[in-house]
Amino acid sequence: MLTLVGEDRPGIVARVTTTLTEAGCNLGEASMIRLGGNFTIMLMICGDLAGPDLERLLAPVAADLHLRVHVDPASGGLHHHVVPNIQVRVMGADRAGIVAAVTTALARAGFNILELQSDVAGDADRPVYIMNIQGCSERTVESLREAVAHLHAQGIAVDISPVDTLIG
Amino acid sequence: MAIRDILRVPDERLKQVSAPVQRFDAALRLAIADLEETRLAGPAAVGIAAPQVGWFERVVIVDVSTKRGVSSHGHLVLVNPEIEHWDGYEIGREGCLSVPDYTGNVIRATRIRLVAQDPSGERRSYEMEGFEARAVQHEIDHLDGLLFIDRVVSRRTDLFRRKVYATQPTSGSALRR
Repeated sequence: MLTLVGEDRPGIVARVTTTLTEAGCNLGEASMIRLGGNFTIMLMICGDLAGPDLERLLAPVAADLHLRVHVDPASGGLHHHVVPNIQVRVMGADRAGIVAAVTTALARAGFNILELQSDVAGDADRPVYIMNIQGCSERTVESLREAVAHLHAQGIAVDISPVDTLIG
Repeated sequence: MAIRDILRVPDERLKQVSAPVQRFDAALRLAIADLEETRLAGPAAVGIAAPQVGWFERVVIVDVSTKRGVSSHGHLVLVNPEIEHWDGYEIGREGCLSVPDYTGNVIRATRIRLVAQDPSGERRSYEMEGFEARAVQHEIDHLDGLLFIDRVVSRRTDLFRRKVYATQPTSGSALRR
């Protein structure tokens, strides 16, 4: 699992993946996003190079693009997708502890988070924290709503709805 | 009756536009029976389109009645279907027999008005919404050589609500939405 973090600029993904491909690496699932204006990417790589070799391979590119490189051995493979059946939307005036409060309530209800994205919207005076979570639960939507109901009193709006994936 | 092979991406034939059905005969009904048998043989698909089994005529089958809490017209065989009217839009997660092990978010019309022929050639019209309307739009796309992966939007951009749920009591709300 390769992680790259740094200053965002056009062309990073192209430079990095070209370097990897030319070294015989195979690229798998990847997730790139800007977080707070920073470039971030995590990608699965399959190949003969060991972690330190990968770091050496990428060192010139990383130095050139001002990126930090991190490599972890990881197991991976195809067909490990889990389809979420619940969507959770969270919104509240931005303050410390929203993520912990919501995810703790969900974890206690046996909810397994598959994807989580969050953003801060609004303006500097009144920032608003917005979070979207997709995951799996065997419980009903109603019982999950009960599990997060107490958060409303803390000014956190939590909206839980089913995800009916259509296979056609 | 026979289970037919499902074409899978990147098979170029999935991109071809299917031709209208001209003859409403026994051969059509046999082919429809095969299509239905193929749909039921795989993972729980609520629909299937003829081109997915390499039959390039405008026939789809949709049946969302197995989904709990979903309103529907039951089991539908739609021949030469055409959507006449679209209304509203919402995002929903889709997968496809022709795209194994992948799901993605797609924007579809919430309500549609549809005309189609049945297997004996009789013209019928339908009004439908929600999950059933989504399924029909997904299947008709196949007839025009389109897959849901041609329409996927970012998972991270959840701008469109699938449905409005009243989740919390609004009285005394500390939060201004």
